[in-house]
Amino acid sequence: MSKYDALIDDLAPRKFGRRGTIWTFILVVVIILGLIAYIDQVNKGQVVTNMRDYALWGIYISNFVFFVATSFVGSATVAVLRLTNNTWRTPLVRIAEIISLSAIVMAGLTIMIDMGRPDRLLNLFIHARLQSPITWDVIIIPTSIVLSFLLLYFPLLPDLAILKKHHSKTKPAFSKWYGKLSLNWTGSKTQKAIQAKSIKIIAIMVIPVGILLQTIDAWLFSTTYRIGWDSTNMGAYFTSGAFVAGLGALITVVFVIRKVRGLEHYITDYHFNKLAQYLLVTCLAYVYFNINEYLIPIFNAPVEEEIHLNELVFGEYAPLFWFSQIVGLILPIIILLFKKGRKPVPMFIVGIMVVIGSWWKRYIIVTPTLLHPFLPIEGVPESWHHYFPSMHEWLITAATLAMALLIITLFVRFLPVIPIERIAEEKGILNTDKSEES
Amino acid sequence: MGDNTKKERRKFLDKGLKLGIAAAIGGLGISKITSKLNAKTNHNSTDKMELMTVDGTLIEVDSSEVLEVQHAEHDDEKYNVREGIPNRKFVMVIDLAKCKNALKCVSACNKTHYITGENAWLKVHKMQESKDTAPYWMPRTCMHCDQPACVTVCPVDATFKRRDGLVLIDNERCIGCRFCMAACPYSIRVFNWEEPKQGEMSEITMHMGGETPSPDYAGMPSRKGTVDKCDFCPHSIKNNELPHCVTACPNGVFYFGDKYEDTVTNGEETLRLSKLLTDKAGYRLLEELGTAPSVYYLPPVDRLVDFEKGMENYNEFQSMEKPEEQ
Repeated sequence: MSKYDALIDDLAPRKFGRRGTIWTFILVVVIILGLIAYIDQVNKGQVVTNMRDYALWGIYISNFVFFVATSFVGSATVAVLRLTNNTWRTPLVRIAEIISLSAIVMAGLTIMIDMGRPDRLLNLFIHARLQSPITWDVIIIPTSIVLSFLLLYFPLLPDLAILKKHHSKTKPAFSKWYGKLSLNWTGSKTQKAIQAKSIKIIAIMVIPVGILLQTIDAWLFSTTYRIGWDSTNMGAYFTSGAFVAGLGALITVVFVIRKVRGLEHYITDYHFNKLAQYLLVTCLAYVYFNINEYLIPIFNAPVEEEIHLNELVFGEYAPLFWFSQIVGLILPIIILLFKKGRKPVPMFIVGIMVVIGSWWKRYIIVTPTLLHPFLPIEGVPESWHHYFPSMHEWLITAATLAMALLIITLFVRFLPVIPIERIAEEKGILNTDKSEES
Repeated sequence: MGDNTKKERRKFLDKGLKLGIAAAIGGLGISKITSKLNAKTNHNSTDKMELMTVDGTLIEVDSSEVLEVQHAEHDDEKYNVREGIPNRKFVMVIDLAKCKNALKCVSACNKTHYITGENAWLKVHKMQESKDTAPYWMPRTCMHCDQPACVTVCPVDATFKRRDGLVLIDNERCIGCRFCMAACPYSIRVFNWEEPKQGEMSEITMHMGGETPSPDYAGMPSRKGTVDKCDFCPHSIKNNELPHCVTACPNGVFYFGDKYEDTVTNGEETLRLSKLLTDKAGYRLLEELGTAPSVYYLPPVDRLVDFEKGMENYNEFQSMEKPEEQ
């Protein structure tokens, strides 16, 4: 077996093992439970949630913001590292593209779950008003979905052609599909030129679109008069937070895939070290924006804002606030500063900390602000003064997270998670194979 | 080769143009002829009719020429739910010095709008700016802002601003995103978290009045998953009546009127709006945000009644009377 064949054997998608089957089964069960909860919500109305007139947005929105932030990993790694000529990205980009696509698709879905009248979805197009930040979201999210898809698909073409050949004898049905999806890729010079150009254009486009997506998401909040949202810091704050959330998700998923598929030769300590450094830099940037957001207002915050900040730092939300700041940001920075902390296993833990911290961070951004309106909360039941998600909300949110993981799992099942052709090219074993063939 | 195709194209264009002109002339001719033919048949009638023109001169017309004309619709004068009543600008003045927290406004509002949720559209807040300043009762309606934050952020134009100053909601269009609620700095909007239990009541009144459901009719049933709020009672305004909170208040706290006419009334006295605001130092809520509310407040000075008296009716956790269990 030539080196090239060994490489394909290593990287070609494989059937689920027992663990994979159980994992997928669990995800499907969670999704079904969420679906049942959602149907119940549609029937009974959002009274099944714990949102009320004051806490009018809850985890549906914070979960949406989390998905949007995570989807930034495509722009952050693929495009940014490409433009800065960081070649270590090669074995990681495909996974980043997959996460990015599944996250942005789920973002689009989760925002619909929050709608009181999902049956009137089309009104967003029929009666669209351009001045509403929601319309900006309606424009930018589909754009991002298309771009994320293309960013995943175009670099995949040569690999699909390779898989077609690889499976031609063993699994003809698979081979046929890979062949169709590869759009008759032959690897000719013209094809390669077109592909290279297309990827270049998309990779450049994906950066402004990604930043716009994050910023529009921030503007959903900063265009209101609410204390804690009404901040010019928001756009940059959200974008820097998206780097952190996205990279955290990437590191976690990369570690799991590497372990399950035994890719230790392809994704090495070197790659984890590089990812760690990247995450460290973005975490530091995020700390900077957090200081701007929460520390500097101490000097000149008006009374209302001071009440809000006090509530975050010392009040009802203090445990979650400090959890997201310390576990999601400060501890990762400390761990990443040490060389030992940048090894795969500690990095996996850091990745999980960052992801969970990022998720709760969005909760902390969305909820407390709504419970600090300008006029006092009066004339409503006491339970309306507080918010914590109901069982329906947890089930539905868990289902959306499971769905994102299922999309990632299915991609990993059917696509090469590491670009075969690029690796072969970089290792210089692509040509030998071709000469053998001809 | 290239020359050839160019020539051919020119030929083609030339032909096409000629053909087009010929067709146009032919068409014109045919229409002329048919109109003449029609005219001939009309000439058979001999009846004449005397008519008066708009400027008053009498003319005689062949009766066959007389056709019934549909009356021109004066769209600009017709009432349009989204445009409002022409040449009006409705405002409200709330005199905090008179409010004793009697809560009659709240119950009248709840009743006439068939509010069924747990959060009333109109509420009376117990206000105290700081420990050292005097507490007062503050009724709070929708501010019907001239720069409404809710309208700006609505993605589907379900909530809209009318020329007569009212901010209303089309709950047949609302998608329930609640962005307007997040945007409103006065937190006045309420959401129908479940199917509103309005029963048949609202439907009956709706049909009794012969009204078709529209956002400005109080009988408009609330809809699950959409936003509601204080509407300044356009159904009353249209009949030259005052909003229900104004008429229900036993203390004359609410004044309602037209800014263009510069008058407001609480049902008992009618006052000059500009003079009232100058004399009593009227202000608007959260003026610094720039939302330009249509509701003015008069400061709680020279009060006749002790603030504490209002405490009898005060209920921090309830603005809707609970229906008695059956």
